[in-house]
Amino acid sequence: MSNSNHDDIQNEVVPATQSETQVNLPKSELPVHVLRRADVDPIAAARAERQVAIMFLLSAVFTVLAVVSFFAIPVDLYIRVPGPGVTSASNFALGITLGLAIFLIGTGAIHWARKLMPDDEVVQSRHGYSSSREIRESVMQEIRIGGEESGFTSRKIVRRSLLTAIAVLPLPAVILALDFGPLPQNELRETLWKKGVRLVTDPTGRYLRPEDFSVGSLVSAHPENLKEWEEENHNLNARAKTSILVVRMTPEQLRTSQGEGWDYQGIIAYSKICTHVGCPIALYEHRTHHLLCPCHQSTFDLADSGNVVFGPAARRLPQLPLGVDEEGYLVALSDFQEPVGPSFWERG
Amino acid sequence: MSQQVTRGAVDKSIDGTVKYLDDRLSTSGFIKRNIKKVFPDHWSFMLGEIALYSFIILLLSGVYLTFFYKPSLVEIVYDGSYLPLKGIKMSEAYASTLEISFDVRGGLLMRQVHHWGALLFVAAITVHLLRVFFTGAFRKPRELNWVIGVGLLVLAILEGFAGYSLPDDLLSGTGLRIASGIALAIPVVGTYVSFLVFGGEFPGLDFIPRLYTIHVLLVPGIMLALITAHLMMVWYQKHTQYPGPGRTNENVVGYPLMPVYMAKAGGFFFIVFGFLVLVSGLVTINPIWKYGPYMPDQVTAGSQPDWYIGWLDGGTRIMPNWEITVPGMFTLSPNILIPAVVVPGIMFTLLALYPWIEQWITGDKRIHHILERPRNNPNRTALGVMSLVFYGFLWISGGNDIIAQMLNLSINDMTRVIRVLIFITPPIAFVITKRICLSLQHKDRERLLHGDPTGRLLRLPNGEFIEVHEPLSDEVKAILLARTELPMLTPPAEVDANGVKTPNLWVKKLQHRLNRWWYVDQVPMPTAAELTAAKAHTLHELEDAQERGIEIAKDLPSPTKSH
Repeated sequence: MSNSNHDDIQNEVVPATQSETQVNLPKSELPVHVLRRADVDPIAAARAERQVAIMFLLSAVFTVLAVVSFFAIPVDLYIRVPGPGVTSASNFALGITLGLAIFLIGTGAIHWARKLMPDDEVVQSRHGYSSSREIRESVMQEIRIGGEESGFTSRKIVRRSLLTAIAVLPLPAVILALDFGPLPQNELRETLWKKGVRLVTDPTGRYLRPEDFSVGSLVSAHPENLKEWEEENHNLNARAKTSILVVRMTPEQLRTSQGEGWDYQGIIAYSKICTHVGCPIALYEHRTHHLLCPCHQSTFDLADSGNVVFGPAARRLPQLPLGVDEEGYLVALSDFQEPVGPSFWERG
Repeated sequence: MSQQVTRGAVDKSIDGTVKYLDDRLSTSGFIKRNIKKVFPDHWSFMLGEIALYSFIILLLSGVYLTFFYKPSLVEIVYDGSYLPLKGIKMSEAYASTLEISFDVRGGLLMRQVHHWGALLFVAAITVHLLRVFFTGAFRKPRELNWVIGVGLLVLAILEGFAGYSLPDDLLSGTGLRIASGIALAIPVVGTYVSFLVFGGEFPGLDFIPRLYTIHVLLVPGIMLALITAHLMMVWYQKHTQYPGPGRTNENVVGYPLMPVYMAKAGGFFFIVFGFLVLVSGLVTINPIWKYGPYMPDQVTAGSQPDWYIGWLDGGTRIMPNWEITVPGMFTLSPNILIPAVVVPGIMFTLLALYPWIEQWITGDKRIHHILERPRNNPNRTALGVMSLVFYGFLWISGGNDIIAQMLNLSINDMTRVIRVLIFITPPIAFVITKRICLSLQHKDRERLLHGDPTGRLLRLPNGEFIEVHEPLSDEVKAILLARTELPMLTPPAEVDANGVKTPNLWVKKLQHRLNRWWYVDQVPMPTAAELTAAKAHTLHELEDAQERGIEIAKDLPSPTKSH
């Protein structure tokens, strides 16, 4: 610093009203450049050079090791490594060798830059962004003239017809999107359940009898016609709606149902699909008869008509009316009486 | 001798290349202007670099994965080498992901590099955004680049979610089921949106091939274009710098591109890449084989999305179950719409518009190349911390089941408490942050006026004890003095000179009021007179000390000499 310090502080503090780009920075200079050891000591420079070279060479060694491990280690070999535990030997070896091969190039390059490349800070001046007034005005002028020459401003009918054409042009894009999928019909209100369809366990496909249920037991079930439907349609759409949970309670435990006679001797069935955003509900607490959705923790009370007791879901779980057929198997008495799964606008 | 020969050969090839390109594309002018371009150095400037390098690594590892992955929901029976799933029905998408993980040498490594890279990518973008926000780097002339950055963040989150969904495992399928539920909740057209997106009912057979095109072509293509624009703007406008000695609003201080920055930035790419490969070799991420194939009637307890979706999921979890039904007409689901659509929409809009909101309040239309220390803009810093606290509660709510289990809390109580805290704590965080910033401003003012206390007591001839202060170093002074003060806006006139009522008077009044609020507690910078007086006082103290033979600090110039 050439001037004495306390003199230029006065000049430094700019009054509160400042010109557009001015900042009250001190007109201080760059800190004095301190030479590094490698700049003055040839031995230190040689050492740094050696360190950089060792990193680059080690990288090459690890690359070779990576190639070796690719060929030498079978892909299905598993080893126990302290830390990660049982892990794929190939993945472990490739990760370490390839990782280090890449990493060492990085550290070598940065070490090189820090120790051996010039480290004096350089000052460059910034440029303003605004073009000169003349250029700006001529651009505005050109655009105005261009607009006039095109007649875009004066020829109203041309302009308006063009705007109209452009305004309606997105319509085909919307129309094309209509064939992205079939439009909704009644799919969200119907499932494969109907009167007389037997309940089967998933995936064994065993029919269920009332005797299979002791009080408190919980079974995940499907309609018997699901298997056939899936073989025909090759998708999981029906499964996403029909899945139910069947549970048995004592008459005292079962406080309310959604319909008279919808349980069979305390055996009740509820949709397994959460009415919030559709996750399957899996966590059942026997003591409270609460069913908890693991996605957003909506909680439903199966002893009380499947009503919501907690969480973001707004609707009760739909209940499936149950009965037995003449052979003694559990069957549905009808489809669900309300749509299963998440709410949607038309649900009403 | 031999060295000279090689040097001659290198020179020749350099000359030849430069000439060849210049004869055809006149590249030399551009290279001359840029080869020594200066970039300021600071660790926090590497955050954006990490994001950029992660993106490149994602492109590389992603292309590799496409060579094996089959974007198809056609059902097959698994016959690969992972025994626990042998004979199980699953989609080709899931089976091919298993193949990559178990049958392709290096496949699992690449999959994990891709997944870890994605997590790092969004994290680096987020932290980079916070750095830019809290240092005011988004101010004029960089507002447009801020908007591009916010756009990139949104796209990165979408891209991450799309990629996370592609393996068609139980966890990702559950995420898509939730996405379809959110689509269904959109008023009026929700059912149609869901059916058109999924090609019919959920899950259907279309979403994987569709997501694949979006994930490998559409979104990365847009991101590549935006990243290019982002970098070109940084290049053209030159990087901001932190305040320091010799750094002004008109210069840029740092290291030249060739050779230092090329080596450092290039080297850093390899460090990020190497780090990701090492982590992928050591730490399993997204073990899809443990989750099993997607089945819409199955779920795992403790379902967790990737970290950057956590805040959206968390909001959905803690939202009260409000739903409006008009029987026979419609159902509206604010319980889903508010956390999944409305809140994120507002948050991203405010984020994108923030540079203009702040500019409107402060009236600051100046060009800024010197970064602001967070304390020097207490309201911005406090708004940032307040938003982070709000985001933080959403985010931890995304793991509330796991947290409740670990801490042995009732999840219901935890949810209820967070419902309250998420509204109460952000304003508290605002006030505390603002107070801390203002205290730090006071401290800076004290330091400028009195220097740093040395801990040495001095007894004056009149018996008074004083603590000797040492003057600040030039470097510290340069940093502390780099604060810019703006005059407050003048109150808007009700009528103009001709007696015409000012249009939109209430807007201008609001602006004026906010402007007052923004600046009213600002600790004033010392004036020139105050600084001179303080300097004289310090020197006097030092002289006193000197006279008594007390050495204040070794490296200080003798006060008498500098007079």
